[in-house]
Amino acid sequence: MCCKDEVFLKGEEIMSLIEAENISKDYKGGEVNVRALKGVSFKIEPASFVSFIGPSGSGKTTLLNLIGCLDKPTGGKLTIADTDVLGLQRKESASFRGQHIGFIFQDFNLIPVLTVYENIEYPLLMVRNTPAGERKRRVETLLEAVGMLEQKDKYPDQISGGQKQRVAVARALVTNPELILADEPTANLDSKTAYTVIELMKNMRDERNTTFIFSTHDPKIVGEAEIIYTLADGELTGRQVKGGENNG
Amino acid sequence: MGNIFKIAIRNLLRYKRRTLLTTSLITIGVVFVLVFISISGSFKSMMISQITDSMLGDLQIHRRGYVASIDNLPLNLNIGAQDHKIVETLLKQEIEVEAYSPRIKFGGLFSNFAETTNIRLNGVYPEQEFKTVPLLPSRVKEGRKTLNKGEIWVPELLARGMSIKIGDPIVIVATNKDGSVNGKQFSVVGILESATGPGGRDGYIHLEDAMETLRMAEKEISEVAVRVKNFNQVNAVTQKLENTLVKKVNPKGQPVFEVHSWEKLSPFFNIARMIEVMTFFIKLMLIAVVLISIMNVMIMAVYERIREIGTIAAIGTLPGKILSMFIVEGFCLGAIGVIVGNLIGLIIIFIINLAGIKFDFGMQKDLVLSPTIAPHDLLTTSIIVILVSVMASLQPAFKASRMEPIKALRHV
Repeated sequence: MCCKDEVFLKGEEIMSLIEAENISKDYKGGEVNVRALKGVSFKIEPASFVSFIGPSGSGKTTLLNLIGCLDKPTGGKLTIADTDVLGLQRKESASFRGQHIGFIFQDFNLIPVLTVYENIEYPLLMVRNTPAGERKRRVETLLEAVGMLEQKDKYPDQISGGQKQRVAVARALVTNPELILADEPTANLDSKTAYTVIELMKNMRDERNTTFIFSTHDPKIVGEAEIIYTLADGELTGRQVKGGENNG
Repeated sequence: MGNIFKIAIRNLLRYKRRTLLTTSLITIGVVFVLVFISISGSFKSMMISQITDSMLGDLQIHRRGYVASIDNLPLNLNIGAQDHKIVETLLKQEIEVEAYSPRIKFGGLFSNFAETTNIRLNGVYPEQEFKTVPLLPSRVKEGRKTLNKGEIWVPELLARGMSIKIGDPIVIVATNKDGSVNGKQFSVVGILESATGPGGRDGYIHLEDAMETLRMAEKEISEVAVRVKNFNQVNAVTQKLENTLVKKVNPKGQPVFEVHSWEKLSPFFNIARMIEVMTFFIKLMLIAVVLISIMNVMIMAVYERIREIGTIAAIGTLPGKILSMFIVEGFCLGAIGVIVGNLIGLIIIFIINLAGIKFDFGMQKDLVLSPTIAPHDLLTTSIIVILVSVMASLQPAFKASRMEPIKALRHV
């Protein structure tokens, strides 16, 4: 993680991984214009464990999609890893995601025709073109870290929901991205499994300095998050830092 | 690329029944086309070889204007001795020519001393004629397969109608180009099976007997039949000979000779063309089958995997790679159909050859069907199917690669 430090340290000051300035997002629903985000601004530093919370329709998923370069804001400025992501074209966006961002989905979204091993290997193979030896080393390290080494040859339909999400976490981490976005990652898991997965993600953050950003309703994640942003009606209404300053 | 193939194959195996149905459809199409091409090709080549190897020759050289009046067998349009030498010299020099045979063709009266009828006769040098049309002796149903001076091969229908038997004496009476009539006695040494096409019901005598019957002071040839070494080169050789012979002009400045390949002389060329047209339409049907079935499967595949496409796109898979994933899937469907279809097709062709199926063509009976498939036909059919498979996958693959990940991920 030395390189990451080099990238984000300018002198003594720690650079932000994400800088959002006055982000807005409008959706057109027939004749009606729906404003999903209204001038949201925030900064997130590397190796943070951040959660965006709020009721349904508050704009959490929209915000995560914008940070994940899956969508573009209607207005504002968004910089991720020193890159103005609003200027990226379709292909550049895909490439940027592949280089800098990992995704964990609510429904796990594993590729059903690939084994656990192959699912984790996929981003290295199809996105990063990592050499075979390096791929094997990284995948096996992560399989062990998420406790799925013995299940590596199973297909997604042969493992439980908790195991699927562990595989999804490993897949998101395998490329060593600076940022992992997780949209309701525990929504389909029981309490015990959810805690295990959260614990796993936190350990990974500690080990790899990866920034985790969640959108969630789940109090378990909220309880574990170090920075909590609250959204309501597309506006950022609060920022809570565990053991630190609270705004809102 | 290997990984894209691996994912494509696994996705195909994921929907086993659908894959099986689609590949079966392609397989059946390929088998049908191969068997049709091989059988029709066998029929066509048998038909052509029956015409060229037992009567016509691969190409013929005439005096200009002869072919237009060929039904009358005009003696006044024969090639004179000097011109015949020019033709012979040319044919001897041409390395693509395997053999040639000069013929005097004329019509006359055929009499068995009890009845008289019309007959068309070919005066030939038997040795040269057999080299030029090697199947001719095989048409001798009864009697001797050699022909000497003073002997005649009589067409089967005429022999049957007039109760002619081997060894019978007959008389041929003919009028020469000056209008004088002459007769000559022959001994029947062979009954000739009729063949379909022009000249298929002609009798044969020695060329010198023909000259004697027609009271020719010097050799006047009606036509020179030519056999080429490579049948596929017939048209090229015809053109080459024509280009040379066209230089020989009469006092009016018109070419003395005309050169025609078998295609121009036999109406059966149209049947051969018809077979080719039918083969083309059969291939067109195969293309339609492959196009529709693969397009259908690939559209379904894209529709069913929208969320998966969204996931891999979100992870950072480039649009080009997503495009190639689906194209490879279509390619694999086509390739599997082609491989299995080729194998089954070849086995069926082998079985047909083993079975020795017989058929009749015109007057020829019991011709054995011996279908073969040329490697280039196999290759062409395979390439067509695979290309069409890829083309059929393009639209769905393009759609998948252009999909917005955010919309795809929201798809239920």
